[in-house]
Amino acid sequence: MMITNMETVPGKTIIKHFGLVQGNTIRAKHVGRDIMAGLKNIFGGELTGYTELLSESRQEATDRMVKQAQTLGANAVLNVRFSTSSVTQGAAELYAYGTAVLLE
Amino acid sequence: MIDLIIFPSLLISGYLFGQYFERKHYRSILKRESDTLHVPLLTLKTVPSELKRCDAELVAGNVVVSVDYFKRFLAGLRAIVGGRVKSYESLVDRARREAILRMKEQAIDKGAIVVTNVRIETSSISKGQRKTIGSIEVLAYGTAISPYRS
Repeated sequence: MMITNMETVPGKTIIKHFGLVQGNTIRAKHVGRDIMAGLKNIFGGELTGYTELLSESRQEATDRMVKQAQTLGANAVLNVRFSTSSVTQGAAELYAYGTAVLLE
Repeated sequence: MIDLIIFPSLLISGYLFGQYFERKHYRSILKRESDTLHVPLLTLKTVPSELKRCDAELVAGNVVVSVDYFKRFLAGLRAIVGGRVKSYESLVDRARREAILRMKEQAIDKGAIVVTNVRIETSSISKGQRKTIGSIEVLAYGTAISPYRS
């Protein structure tokens, strides 16, 4: 499975379009990480716990998108976009979407 | 009474640690930026035409950075008179450069020679918690182009 955020893949032609595939996940941070983040809010610097949490969730959203593309019979997802939105206080939604295609 | 002790100590420790961490971070950013200069980043949607066949793969880097107590206090003061909030500028700058570097390092690990279609997204994850910005998340993503293997 090839995932890119370009519209085409150089040297390969698109045989078939399957349309939009998407994956999302909503994650809340747990209390332990919140306490560490509270400390970091005084001293400044990177909030490693949050960085990991968000990259894990983004990976999960991407995996769901890829799974959907696989069930359609695609072998690549092109023009992938990510977006983040905060649904309620303390929880964030990570969303990944793209176009599933069959490459030669 | 106890507030009169806590508040200045928060300010002072925020100032000292914040300055220390920021200098350290900038040193590491500058070093890694000069180490990774050989892989250019493009915001174009197309691949350079001299690369006819190549492998493409999505790479991403993200970081969550928080501002220290002292700088937040300064920004609060700045909000009264208005103008340039310098203390937050460095926060966003650091976060963005760090996210780009992480993406670039991931691309280099995959043997990429160029990263195209780079997009940078900034979002505030502590939205709704009082009115301060506090911490921001930056995500940088793009397509790593490496010479055709298989």
